[in-house]
Amino acid sequence: MKGNVIKYDRDNIDTDVIIPGQYLKVHDYAELATHAMEGLDPDFHSKVKEGDFILSGKNFGSGSSREHAPIALSHSGVKAILALSFARIFYRNSVDGAFLLPIEIGQDAYDGISDGDELDIDITRNEIKNLSTNQSYKMKPFSEIIGKIIEAGGLFKYKPELD
Amino acid sequence: MNIVEKILARASGKSSVAPDDVVFANVDKVMMHDVSGPGVLKVFDKLKKQRIEVDKLWDPAKVWVAEDHFVPSADKLSAENIVKLTDFTKNYGIEKHFKYGMGQYGICHTLSHEQAMVMPGDVYVGGDSHTNTTGALGAFAVGLGHTDIAYVLLNGNIWFKVPETYFFKLNGKLPEHVMAKDLILKIIGEIGNDGGAYRTMQFGGSGIDEMSVESRLTLCNMTTEAGAKNGIVEPDQKVVDYLSSKGATNFNLVNGDDDAEYAKVFEFESSEMEPIIAKPFSPDNTCVVSEAPSVELDKSYIGSCTGAKYEDLEAAAKVLKGRKVKIRTEILPAAISIYQRAMENGLLKIFLDAGVTVGPPTCGACCGAHMGVLAKDEICISTTNRNFPGRMGHVESQTYLSSPMVAAASAVTGKITDPRDLI
Repeated sequence: MKGNVIKYDRDNIDTDVIIPGQYLKVHDYAELATHAMEGLDPDFHSKVKEGDFILSGKNFGSGSSREHAPIALSHSGVKAILALSFARIFYRNSVDGAFLLPIEIGQDAYDGISDGDELDIDITRNEIKNLSTNQSYKMKPFSEIIGKIIEAGGLFKYKPELD
Repeated sequence: MNIVEKILARASGKSSVAPDDVVFANVDKVMMHDVSGPGVLKVFDKLKKQRIEVDKLWDPAKVWVAEDHFVPSADKLSAENIVKLTDFTKNYGIEKHFKYGMGQYGICHTLSHEQAMVMPGDVYVGGDSHTNTTGALGAFAVGLGHTDIAYVLLNGNIWFKVPETYFFKLNGKLPEHVMAKDLILKIIGEIGNDGGAYRTMQFGGSGIDEMSVESRLTLCNMTTEAGAKNGIVEPDQKVVDYLSSKGATNFNLVNGDDDAEYAKVFEFESSEMEPIIAKPFSPDNTCVVSEAPSVELDKSYIGSCTGAKYEDLEAAAKVLKGRKVKIRTEILPAAISIYQRAMENGLLKIFLDAGVTVGPPTCGACCGAHMGVLAKDEICISTTNRNFPGRMGHVESQTYLSSPMVAAASAVTGKITDPRDLI
């Protein structure tokens, strides 16, 4: 999985800035995408491209349970969020709804990857290659259940009875 | 096992569970509102296209629905969402739908206790992050997104990783004019906005024994702001009396074992607390009111599932009685039953005499949806739960979080004020 990084060098990117509360009444996924990250970066919609990754600090997606947040990012073209840590409902919504991959990274990857860098992420090997700098980093492996739900393509396609 | 482990073991048909075990737990109650309900419908539409059957819910009697975020309808789109939600409950045979304008209705988390919708020992999931609130009744109460709620509606169960539990031992009775909100802001300030991430925050000790059920609801409500999976208090006689007063008769108490294990124990001297606020833009950005910045407030907001229960209104009324507000002040009781009691007991007269506007129950401005959102550069003191950038309106507005007493005292002076300075 290859893509370019949009880096927000900060912690606690919350669901209110990812998709402000006034849009909670909107359930059209394409329209939600036009308001993604509006509370933090009004230019996001014009700069994001299909296949991009977002890189940010700790506690990404804190706050609300609104599934609008991973939906707005995913329908903007974002394939994965790389963060030092995630808030639990955002993390679970991203995986169970098969919207995007929440990838936990270490401080080395956070420091070593810059805005605009091109990455190649291999989740089978837990490896992130920074093609712009030729550096490689380890991602934190998904837990067993998360890995299986991702592999199945979301919670509804996951068959626990097969375990 | 501790209380959460016992609930999850029972719900997943196991003799015991331990932290980090993954279980599929049977769900006892599920809630959705006018934001998550239409969101679940979108998931159902997607599933139909994938030829997954969505014609029948697993058990409509275990599902209940609230209209709270965008009522009274803010515009055409929110009105249409209410129509969709109403069609949804009719089509699927959900009888417990609390409708705006038809008797009892209100904020979902407030109805969960006012209407005794959730019982001790339940696995209760809701399509809203503050579902944690209801853990104060001794339930495992967890917020989920639309896909997960759709999964529960169709299958009756959902996966959980059994959380580690942080136990907060609270010592002693809160001083007068200091509220549960002050205490939980203090705790969040100390452990940080991800200090409880993925974990249970359980509250106990003499501070809890002394505390009303409504105050415990405030503690559990705000565990979301520390990133916790859920908040919980072991049910005691106060919970039994509370639920009985709401007409509930058939429930069993689940408590942790004497040798229950906790990942960490924190101690807080509740008897030594003082009024605390959270400054913009995070609930963990706290300070005591005596060290609050000297800002000119534009508005005081007493509302939401966090800060507009009956006890919250009573506390605000103590401060506002015989005084006038200096800034725009809105009080929105969190449910009609609370509104009615406030009327019967003279609180509404105190508020109106003070110059306050009393509004209908709604999530409204708490989440920046409608009904009193903030303009650019406006500064608000609020009894709500979050103060992220843009949370209550313009992204360049500011919200200070406080207890109802501090919000009421600040309404009188126009500055962030310790209620003890007025009373």
